Amino acid sequence: MRESQNAGVLIMSTSARGNLPSLSLHVPEPRFRPGDPVNYSHLQITVAGEQPRPDEGCVAADTHPLCLDLVRVLDDDDRAVGPWDPKLDAETLRRMLRTMALTRAFDDRMYRGQRQGKTSFYMKCTGEEASSVAPAMALADDDMVFPSYRQQGILIARGYPIVEMINQIYSNRADKLKGRQLPIMYSAREASFFTISGNLATQYPQAVGWAMASAIKGDTRIAATWIGEGSTAEGDFHSAMTFATVYNAPVIFNVVNNQWAISSFSGFAGAERTTFAARAIGYGMAGLRVDGNDPLAVYAATEWAANRARSNAGPTLIEHFTYRAEGHSTSDDPGQYRSAHEREEWPLGDPINRLKKHLIALGEWSEDQHAAMDRELMEQVKVATKEAEKNGILGHGLHHPFHTMFEDVFEDLPWHLQEQSRQAIHERRVKWPEWKDG
Amino acid sequence: MTYEETPVSLAEAPTRRLNMIEAINDALDIMMERDPNVVVMGEDVGYFGGVFRATAGLQKKYGKPRVFDTPISECGIIGVAVGMGAYGLRPVPEIQFADYIYPGLDQLVSEAARLRYRSAGEFIAPMTVRSPFGGGIFGGQTHSQSPEALFTHVAGLKTVVPSTPHDAKGLLIAAIEDNDPVIFFEPKRIYNGPFNGYYDKPVEPWSKHADSVVPEGYYSIPLGKARIVRPGNAFTVLAYGTMVHVAAAVCAEKGVDAEIIDLRTLVPLDIATVEKSVEKTGKCLIVHEATRTSGFGAELSALVQERCFYHLEAPIERVTGFDTPYPHSLEWAYFPGPVRIGEAIDRLTKA
Repeated sequence: MRESQNAGVLIMSTSARGNLPSLSLHVPEPRFRPGDPVNYSHLQITVAGEQPRPDEGCVAADTHPLCLDLVRVLDDDDRAVGPWDPKLDAETLRRMLRTMALTRAFDDRMYRGQRQGKTSFYMKCTGEEASSVAPAMALADDDMVFPSYRQQGILIARGYPIVEMINQIYSNRADKLKGRQLPIMYSAREASFFTISGNLATQYPQAVGWAMASAIKGDTRIAATWIGEGSTAEGDFHSAMTFATVYNAPVIFNVVNNQWAISSFSGFAGAERTTFAARAIGYGMAGLRVDGNDPLAVYAATEWAANRARSNAGPTLIEHFTYRAEGHSTSDDPGQYRSAHEREEWPLGDPINRLKKHLIALGEWSEDQHAAMDRELMEQVKVATKEAEKNGILGHGLHHPFHTMFEDVFEDLPWHLQEQSRQAIHERRVKWPEWKDG
Repeated sequence: MTYEETPVSLAEAPTRRLNMIEAINDALDIMMERDPNVVVMGEDVGYFGGVFRATAGLQKKYGKPRVFDTPISECGIIGVAVGMGAYGLRPVPEIQFADYIYPGLDQLVSEAARLRYRSAGEFIAPMTVRSPFGGGIFGGQTHSQSPEALFTHVAGLKTVVPSTPHDAKGLLIAAIEDNDPVIFFEPKRIYNGPFNGYYDKPVEPWSKHADSVVPEGYYSIPLGKARIVRPGNAFTVLAYGTMVHVAAAVCAEKGVDAEIIDLRTLVPLDIATVEKSVEKTGKCLIVHEATRTSGFGAELSALVQERCFYHLEAPIERVTGFDTPYPHSLEWAYFPGPVRIGEAIDRLTKA
């Protein structure tokens, strides 16, 4: 060892002064671990309908009390109440319910497919369907979205074919992304849906840039982006917030606070001190904190923020307070680090169930209709899955012509990629002499 | 006290068979026990014990102030490690996947790497950044990269890549004891067993491999020392990480008398072992999984050419990943597997 070490130890021993107390490091700890009984009485669940709804063009500070509140519309009797009630007609409510239920049926089937070895990876959004489906319905279909990896509900709400989604998940011959991306990392320009990165928070400043471009060009379209609460720790989040406020960009920032980032609870992103919506306060941005399992509250918050952005009144940060009912992904086992009772005890319920009960309370829906719809959606997903499977499942991969691996690295193939492409095709012929195409 | 200096006592030490993860966990455990200044941090490393389980049990044993989860901010993780090092701690941050290290690059490249230089030795950054890297697990472009060359290019960073449980433990202990910042890339494809390049054949566990025999207790393998995996005369293979096993399997299959060198440390490089081998064999094959252009193989090729030119009997061969992002479904077309390596060996043999 070259240096006798350790400057720090010396400093500590010489600088311990008199009677001062020892410093101690605070490391956050979630309330419940595996096997623990769960009690959520510490959460301040507000009374639905009591939150004020400021004018969409208000100064940002007028929204700041709402950053520490919780906007709710559906009350305990399944009625829509208060100033945030978006007053949607029954047809729209049924479409919202159906889209969320389809998202869940899709997730269940794809999860099973991964477990059956049909692909490498999958991520469900169970319990969080409202945070993608309701915003997608409140936005215009050509508003540009920059999602993270758990907003499949947006694509489904925008009517993107689920067969195409499954083709991507299987990386099969029909996958429009040519098998290049990890399952669920969709890209769908025709649905105004930006290519999903897989790196965390990178989409946040990009959404701001798109919104700035829309403003530069005098367009009317706005941008919206999604992030998990854990990823708000990344620098990209803060860069995005700064640029958005500096340029008053027409963008909506969604923070899906589902309480868990793999095994790290929201305390590791700062939730022990304040809310995620409160990040808006320091930037002088409008902020709203909504019950993420209340689809009507989510719809209303998005509508508010969209109207604000579209009238040049600036960006809004929306925290969706929700719960990740399943594991982070198929690579995760949440039973290792959190109590299984959390899901049952979650005080804000389930978004699909809540909207169903609301429609029933309105006399616009029934349990029988719901059960029939679920059967129909399961069948729809099953049919789409069979259709996609005709194009192959992942297996050992290798479904796409090998030359496609070298395309789109650049617009044109430089000499070295041409050489490498020939090498890859050559290797394929060596391994499988019977192979015909490139 | 290093492994090479203490062959007798080490030979007498009781051993266990460990996989890579267990060996890494053992090294962390031993260093935390020996040095109260060692702290472990990273996303999911605390209670959960890491997404690959490399830090399992450490928080329970050493307490939360020494083993803790962090916010999802690689910039923050590396930045606070610099500050802890300035205080006198020996942080061992984990970056969950090498593909996610880039937000921490400024703190590594502009700060950790230059702290000693710019302060004329007043401040150092004695951190070891552990990070799983490499492909072969259908991880797509964001869970498969091999970015080692980005780090070997930076003055002031050491870069280490183990290829066996035995080396992983000894090298990690040496890295933690080192007073300079060390990037410790763990080839995740071989966490649970060596990989011969045949993705369609059953995986062999480490327990059947000689290098899974790991001495108990403390030992270190000095940084900057390569390992001769197999002595030979036909040509020299320079490899590290997963590719050591793939190259060795192809050589064995082809029955060639290759001298296979596991570099283990890329910076500082064991140039003496490389020179000695190439002077003996007169031919050199360089293998890495990372993209080709400006990859570490280019540096190795230049060094061999500069230092062994008059011993060379054939052009130096470089087998690498292609210059594309790591594809998901075409992973095994991308991976520098037996065909690509085998053809390079044929060219060397015929030359």
